[in-house]
Amino acid sequence: MKVININSSYNSDFVKQVEEESGQKLNLCYQCGKCTAGCPYTDEYDISVSQIMRLAQAGQKEKVLQANSLWLCATCESCTARCPNEIDVARIMDVLRHMARREGHGGTGRVKTFWDSFLSSVKSNGRVFEVGLLVNYISHTGRFWTDIGLGPKVLPKGKIHFKPTEMQGKKEVAKIFMRFKEESAK
Amino acid sequence: MKIGVFVCHCGSNIEATVDTAAVAAAAREFPGVVFATDTMYTCSEPGQDEIVEAIKEHNLGGVVVASCTPRMHEQTFRRTVERAGLNKYLFEMANIREHVSWIGKDREANTNKSVDLVRMATEKLMRNRALHPKKFTINKRVLVIGGGVAGIQAALDCADGGLEVVLVEKTTTIGGKMAKLDKTFPTVDCSSCILGPRMVDVAQHPNITLYAYAEIEEINGYVGNFEIKVKKKATYVDWKNCTGCGICMDKCPSKKARDTFNEEIGFTKAINIPFPQAIPKKAKIDPEFCTMLKKGKCGVCAKVCPSGCIDYEMKDEFVTEKVGAIVTATGFDLFDWTVYGEYGGGRYPDVITSLQYERMLSASGPTGGHIKRPSDGKEPKNVVFIQCVGSRDKSVGRPYCTGFCCMYTAKQAILTKDHLPLSQSYVFYMDIRATGKLYDEFTRRAMEEYDTNYIRGRVSMIYPKGDKLLVRGADTLMGTQVEVDADLVVLAVGAEASAGASGLAEKLRISYDSYGFYMEGHPKLKPVETNTAGVYLAGACQGPKDIPSSVAQGSAAASKVLGLFSKDQLESDPQVSMVDIKRCIGCGKCIQTCPFGAIKEIDFRGMAKADVIETICQGCGICTSTCPQGAIQLQHATDNQILSEVNALCQF
Amino acid sequence: MNTSLNYAYYPGCSSTGTSIEYDMSSRAVCAALDIKLTDVPDWNCCGSTPAHTVDHSLSSALSARNLDQVSSMGLDSCITPCPSCLANLKTASHRMEDKAFRDKVNNLLEKPANTNISTKSVLQILVEDYGIENIRKRVVKPLNGLVVGAYYGCILNRPPHLMQFDDREHPMAMDNIMEALGATVVPFPLKVECCGASFGIPRKDVVMRLSGKLLDTAEAIGAQALVTACPLCQMNLDMRQNQINHANGSHHNMPIFYFTQLLGLALGLTEKELGMNKLCVSPRTLLDAMANGENLKEKAA
Repeated sequence: MKVININSSYNSDFVKQVEEESGQKLNLCYQCGKCTAGCPYTDEYDISVSQIMRLAQAGQKEKVLQANSLWLCATCESCTARCPNEIDVARIMDVLRHMARREGHGGTGRVKTFWDSFLSSVKSNGRVFEVGLLVNYISHTGRFWTDIGLGPKVLPKGKIHFKPTEMQGKKEVAKIFMRFKEESAK
Repeated sequence: MKIGVFVCHCGSNIEATVDTAAVAAAAREFPGVVFATDTMYTCSEPGQDEIVEAIKEHNLGGVVVASCTPRMHEQTFRRTVERAGLNKYLFEMANIREHVSWIGKDREANTNKSVDLVRMATEKLMRNRALHPKKFTINKRVLVIGGGVAGIQAALDCADGGLEVVLVEKTTTIGGKMAKLDKTFPTVDCSSCILGPRMVDVAQHPNITLYAYAEIEEINGYVGNFEIKVKKKATYVDWKNCTGCGICMDKCPSKKARDTFNEEIGFTKAINIPFPQAIPKKAKIDPEFCTMLKKGKCGVCAKVCPSGCIDYEMKDEFVTEKVGAIVTATGFDLFDWTVYGEYGGGRYPDVITSLQYERMLSASGPTGGHIKRPSDGKEPKNVVFIQCVGSRDKSVGRPYCTGFCCMYTAKQAILTKDHLPLSQSYVFYMDIRATGKLYDEFTRRAMEEYDTNYIRGRVSMIYPKGDKLLVRGADTLMGTQVEVDADLVVLAVGAEASAGASGLAEKLRISYDSYGFYMEGHPKLKPVETNTAGVYLAGACQGPKDIPSSVAQGSAAASKVLGLFSKDQLESDPQVSMVDIKRCIGCGKCIQTCPFGAIKEIDFRGMAKADVIETICQGCGICTSTCPQGAIQLQHATDNQILSEVNALCQF
Repeated sequence: MNTSLNYAYYPGCSSTGTSIEYDMSSRAVCAALDIKLTDVPDWNCCGSTPAHTVDHSLSSALSARNLDQVSSMGLDSCITPCPSCLANLKTASHRMEDKAFRDKVNNLLEKPANTNISTKSVLQILVEDYGIENIRKRVVKPLNGLVVGAYYGCILNRPPHLMQFDDREHPMAMDNIMEALGATVVPFPLKVECCGASFGIPRKDVVMRLSGKLLDTAEAIGAQALVTACPLCQMNLDMRQNQINHANGSHHNMPIFYFTQLLGLALGLTEKELGMNKLCVSPRTLLDAMANGENLKEKAA
């Protein structure tokens, strides 16, 4: 285990940034663990959500932003709904993900790649085009689609379309993404 | 008037941000001031001696001290000037600590503000006149409100001290929460074995009048002379003749009445005596469940009562008691935990409160001392205790620590093992607060000797799984989520102010905090006093407390009452309103606005005039601002005195 | 109903694909209850979870474009069947009350958006605006005691301060509707537990575990079917039920209805209108039993 020097490793800018972007005060957390107790994703996490909170409180930027847990949180809000100190924990997780992205982290990748594929589908079509999204995802992960078995069951239901639905303003939507990219680059 | 001004450093509290020497120098230039100095600690013995010497040396007629809040030391300095032969009202205080040095860092601005405050004080002082308190006799009887362990202790100590005591209890028996407990920590002695004899003492003490099932309707008067209207609620049973034989309860056919004594584990009869050791041991009908009172049919209890006590026509009665002091010992209520939807919100029968569990553990309780699941009556194997339910939780408006749950949970875990040796207890906790004598040793024993499994973390959710409850919590020391299959879940429910606390506080004219707990006179130095003379506090009405602390406060409050009553006469505060009879036009507006009923109309040569009853007037000044003629003036805060301060401040 | 209910309708992307029967049944039920819906004309994707994990202004910009269209329609309230879409619409509307954030979002849009729109779910307006008692009066084909558990999912009422709907831990809206339709409602203990959300593709194992637990619980309490109000929940529990059985070694055969489908059935709408044939786990046996007037509660017992 690594020995941590509490004062020299404390990244105050990081703490400040998390608090600013999330609008939450990290010192309200008294480590009762109720978020971890309710989090359905704890089984998959490398660092439990209450420990993420503690690490953030302690200014341990690298450790927090590299946590795989950030990419496994589904924003189910059970942490936020039950926090005795009324901390919006889910929002902090969201903000940590934003910061992790900016620092080039993405966990083990599959979830982030899926989300990216989803957004790229929205960007090109204005709406999500499920088949396109899957093709994109598969091409980025190189993973064989494990849902192929669903095909025979779902296809006859008329739920899967091989062409995106048309919307007039899809260029407007694409522009939102472009402006966002420009703003982020600033 | 020759005035002396003393500017205090308060160590560095004031001096650090106020130039006290400059304030003294400025004061020397004020009209009337013949002496001014700055001192390190004015309240210390040498500081006070300096005042006494200055009064004598400079023949001072009045003194201003610029230091802390008058709440801290006004009485101190009044005694100082009295020692030097001055009337104590020829003294003024300027608060340059709480109002200046503690709230601002700008030394120059602070110094200027301090000079202003001292100028105001000297201007007022010049218009002060000597006031003399009146003496009045006191009624050496005491009212104790609440018959829990704190109230019992206060009542017995007062009664043993020779005072007549009136004890008013809301329910039909005294004993309070302690009477519901099975055992007590950290000695694990039987609660009713130690409390029972004290309850009997109350019943048998010649100096104690007990009104059970009664409430305070109205309080008038003032320290030494209170007049209390007590409502004796209708019990539908003539208590003079009721022997407590219990035949009525045996025969009553209405079996679904709310059993509040047993925390609603099961039911009681519509006519009931809450428990065998009840004091007084008298029956009462619960009208909500009595078919006779609801529908006019039944009458079984009247038929079987051997002493003919049943009276379906009984009405509430009112009695008036005169006392000189009041001890409030109204205790606490349990937090309504059903706001925790994640713990089932009351949907799951096998999730119970700690007090319900006490009743279950008690040999005289509804299960005869057997631990049984309410759902199926089976003995539990895994018992999970959850601490801090309604404590240390901002999201439910209860950020404070109840303070005694850690201890009773450890006790209940120990008792669980005693009752069911094959059981296993689990305690979800955040921190273990065991700061009393032998307390920490006790919680350690629960772990070391009774194998209680302490899990450091809150619980997020309880849900039924088959005939068990799945408790999902965190073990923050292991850093992960944990699950426990429980047969029974006991919630360590926190304490909150009792339901009627704020209403009673208004009748008593005492203040309470934002949670409804009564405010003590000073958090350290006046723990059982209130800011209303003659009204004292004991027990959990002031804040959650365990039994030893409640008893200590009961005794402390009693000693305060005995101290107060050690004098035959009290001095009234002369800072009361007075009517200038020449100016009064008898409009009666002051009479209407006075919140204390201290002003009455008198006939003066055929004209209506207002007259202040000095002993009742609390000096609030509402009448002064209401009087259209300026005829009624609050002594020591007259219009002229206040305006002189305003002029001193607004002179530029 | 005398008062006419009139809303803008935001279908959401899944309505065009995997949850087409939710969209069909929502529209059919509203029509049957004389609730007027007007589609947001050129709606775009709300960005769902992926957008807010990238940036809050991006996520809100996508929703703001939709809300602005509602405002152009001259309507002040918009409903959607999908809780995820609803959460995004609400978040955008709420956070854009803050000027700095609003400026940031408007900066991403063609033109500044008016986002002062009340947003609710289809479920919420049925319960709060139309009313359970009024629904009860319109029932023509009661559900004959069908034993159902109501599963709400995690974000229909969370975070509570934002969603402002029903009890945060024990929502009752669907339970009450089902009871009014003549179903036997068994209290479902995991009403607000997450089903695995959108992890079906990147982390199927997670969905297998979480949705598997929901199905196990439903079966343990004796439910013949579950009702849901969320496309993602329904998809995980229905479309992936076979996968779950395969992964967990279970043998569930539990129909997962959208609540609007059962509501429509009780209002006398046809199976076809309600997209019953779109469900992966066939509800055929239950539907036939109800049609034959069998008491399903007795059957379950």
